[in-house]
Amino acid sequence: MAEIQSNEGGGKKKKGGSKQKKISVHVDFTPMVDMNMLLITFFMLCTSLSKPQTMEITMPTNKDTDKDKMSEVKASQAINILLTGGDSIYYYEGLPPYKDYTGLKLSSYDASGLRAFLLKRNIDAVTQINELKKKKLDLKISSKDYTEQVSKIKNGKGTPTVIIKATDEATYKNLIDVLDEMAICNIGKYVIDKIAPGDKFLVKNWQSKGNYSSNFAN
Amino acid sequence: MSKVKVARKSTRIDMTAMSDVTVLLLTFFMLTSTFVKKEPVQVKTPGSVSEFKIPDTNILQILIDPKGKVFMSLDKQGDMVSTLTSVGDEYGISFSKEEILKFKLQKTFGVPIKNLKGYLALPAGEQDKILQELGIPTDSTDNQFKAWVKNARLSNKDLRIAIKADQKTPYKVIKSVMTSLQDLNENRYNLITSLKVESSAKK
Repeated sequence: MAEIQSNEGGGKKKKGGSKQKKISVHVDFTPMVDMNMLLITFFMLCTSLSKPQTMEITMPTNKDTDKDKMSEVKASQAINILLTGGDSIYYYEGLPPYKDYTGLKLSSYDASGLRAFLLKRNIDAVTQINELKKKKLDLKISSKDYTEQVSKIKNGKGTPTVIIKATDEATYKNLIDVLDEMAICNIGKYVIDKIAPGDKFLVKNWQSKGNYSSNFAN
Repeated sequence: MSKVKVARKSTRIDMTAMSDVTVLLLTFFMLTSTFVKKEPVQVKTPGSVSEFKIPDTNILQILIDPKGKVFMSLDKQGDMVSTLTSVGDEYGISFSKEEILKFKLQKTFGVPIKNLKGYLALPAGEQDKILQELGIPTDSTDNQFKAWVKNARLSNKDLRIAIKADQKTPYKVIKSVMTSLQDLNENRYNLITSLKVESSAKK
């Protein structure tokens, strides 16, 4: 809808000398704006701006089940985390405490629960990584060096190995939350394993405050 | 005496600047956003602090709804076709050209292989309704999910597997999917999550 207005018409007198016509070109942009607005609305409704995040996990293979290839975990460094229904979470350190039900601890998903415990266990790695992070913020080291060193610290000696076991009643959210804790607490070595009957026993034993194991003993 | 003259003002506004702004906005939206994929079930992914973004191409997405139904989607139509034919071969079903063409245009698929022919014959509106009720069988006796993943991998070597599951999905279903993947020796995969802002994460 472009309108071209020329100023030449009408009863105005033309001055004899100049023969050049003055033409002003006015384009009405209103329909253009309308159309653009429509398109914007369309794009806002039909597209999503944020890409979903992902977590990459690597599971152990089924193929190499040779004993010598499997890495044994020191009992002192192992932490078993049991996820059960009703958003409850239990953990024990080292060997499964079949006899003493208090060896199994009830924990929670919030910052004061599992995270506090894991941060305490992994305190060396966490402090080192935090220092590195500061250095990186001050641009003292490159981000490539940073990632290299972080992975070295994460897999270094003395860092705990976490074994995550979930029962059928646990939800996907529970699993992701725990994997998240691993990332937050800078734990490099963790594995998702199948739950063993012994672990279910532990939970039941805890819930019945040790009655279970004493029954077995009798 | 003399009349009060009201000056006539033109109400015309110059829309050029406005147009400039809208075009800019439009370009921004077109460049930064991605189209929302149509999914048969609404899935609410759990939040995590992970900052990795998922790549755009070569994705085999496994969608798991709260009831444990499994759907799959591939982003390349060529892969869809070769996967369909090889899965069909495995189960002794051959598909006509029309059926392949229809399958190629599906955004998400998740129908037991026996029902697939009948499903593809339906009009698109009905397909959407039915798809929610179906899903790829993952039980150990009839694990068609494995066949799909295996053949998808054969048709595209660079495929990345991404699992998108609802928060409330029981772990039982996730476990069966994970063990199926493990049996196929697919040990690296992505779990899709949404961003969670964790202020107290690192102290």
